[in-house]
Amino acid sequence: MAIKQSEYDVTKIKSDFPLLDRVQDGNKIVFLDSAASSQRPYSVLEAMDDYYKTTHANVHRGVYAIAEEATRRYEEGRLAAGRLINAPDPAREIILTKNVTEAYNLVAYTWGRANLHDGAVIVLTESEHHANIVPWLMLKQERDITIRYIPIGDDFRLDLSNLDEMVKGAKFVSVTGASNVLGTITDLEPIVKAAHRAGALVMADGAQLVPHRPVDVQALDLDLFGYTGHKLLGPTGIGVLWARAAILEEMPPFLGGGEMINDVRLDGFTTNELPWKFEAGTPPIAESVGLGAAIRYLEEIGLEKIAAHEAELTNYALDSLCEHFPEIEIFGPGARTERRGGVISFRFGDIHPHDVSQVLDQHGVCVRAGHHCAKPLMRRLGVNATTRVSLYLYNDEHDVDVLIEALTAVKKMFA
Amino acid sequence: MAGLEDLYREIILDHYRSPRNRGELATPPAVRIEGFNPLCGDEIVLYLEVTDGVVSDVKISGQGCSISQSSASMMSAAIKGKDVGEVRALIRSFKAMMSIPESGHEHDDGPVEEIGPIDPETFGELAALQGVVKFPVRIKCATLSWNTLVQALDEAAAN
Repeated sequence: MAIKQSEYDVTKIKSDFPLLDRVQDGNKIVFLDSAASSQRPYSVLEAMDDYYKTTHANVHRGVYAIAEEATRRYEEGRLAAGRLINAPDPAREIILTKNVTEAYNLVAYTWGRANLHDGAVIVLTESEHHANIVPWLMLKQERDITIRYIPIGDDFRLDLSNLDEMVKGAKFVSVTGASNVLGTITDLEPIVKAAHRAGALVMADGAQLVPHRPVDVQALDLDLFGYTGHKLLGPTGIGVLWARAAILEEMPPFLGGGEMINDVRLDGFTTNELPWKFEAGTPPIAESVGLGAAIRYLEEIGLEKIAAHEAELTNYALDSLCEHFPEIEIFGPGARTERRGGVISFRFGDIHPHDVSQVLDQHGVCVRAGHHCAKPLMRRLGVNATTRVSLYLYNDEHDVDVLIEALTAVKKMFA
Repeated sequence: MAGLEDLYREIILDHYRSPRNRGELATPPAVRIEGFNPLCGDEIVLYLEVTDGVVSDVKISGQGCSISQSSASMMSAAIKGKDVGEVRALIRSFKAMMSIPESGHEHDDGPVEEIGPIDPETFGELAALQGVVKFPVRIKCATLSWNTLVQALDEAAAN
């Protein structure tokens, strides 16, 4: 599992990210909030810049060389997005959205309205991001559907002991692939198997998973999947929805407008083919180019190596935090446990996360403080907010050491 | 970048460590209003008792960061025993100090100075919160209890 430092040059990787060079009040930035949004390497910024400088035109329309090239570059982003998760037919099955939140809204609005009628049951989990709760609650306001939630146990993992009962009669099961709060990585296999036995479709949220380790939607036997560009070194404004073509074919369209139609008359319309049926209006073209460049950057380093680096660094961070601060309470699995990602949420004695984060900022350390768009999970944990450190491919042990120093200053101030 | 000493003044940390008027009141006669800061998940529960146009008692519970808790604590100390008119004037002055006209929309009521200048005599310890303005994200923390107080006064008046 452990890789040699020579195989993974974190100093070189760090130097690919211009923002990480920023100095604030004499302190070099220590960016520990990549679970909220990662930074971008030069190659992504340059690819987008180059696209705008040399190739921009609207896609799928113009009959001239630049427009055709823009279309090709936009579609290349889609193919990369599919390749990254081993989608069987990326040219048809990858829908480019604004973000993963839009992907969930698309599914709840179209598949949900077509398939979930009064009395229908869906299954979510207690550790979902609001993006995988609120669209379903919006549907529930209109229809008499039941939402069951797989609980989390005292080990912060989903409690799968009652899984068959939980999914019985359900039409749709939607779970996070990796928690944005707890750092847990979901054991999807038993959930997918139980859901399929019950005749339900399964969607997984890859927002916190795809940036950090290899994902294969076919090996996982998933039906639908979502992830987002800005958490994996890509630009904001682009997200990815993958679903099996047969499911997408049956789904009604989402937003109406240009591009998503085959024909429009004054009294009706027919929809375009996949995937454009779900892409109304001018799409995020430069963002697709940037997403493609981000995926190439990750592939060149290798997601296996990134995962191994993050696992080592997560262990170092967990050990350092517990060693220096006995009062710390970490909401998530401990060091050296299986299926544990680089998200570390904690309570720092009685000091409020906002105060922790404010003082850390003075040391150039960027962390997240708040409910992390997972209020039901916060209630389950019995807190209003946590401080969250999240590690990514460009973080190193020095970053963790600066964090420890800065937390010592926090403690001194509020003692 | 503004220094932390502008934000975490000693008097603020004192109110945070030893909050005044913590607790609950019987409802009625008191009114009970909950305030939430969706940004950070802070919550405050304000109990306000108004007798003959005077804030006869106030208690605060809930949890939050040092800024929201100390602001609530200072507010409770500042309004207890004051008549409702004075309290409303204090709210206007406090919001002006936080660069927020009472309507909540910036720059639509003319210069904020006209709304209520900071009078050190009546403002007392609350002036310590002035540094929060340099940390825009934290303004909501400082004003949470005051927005809750406006609701509580309205409800007390309606009863």
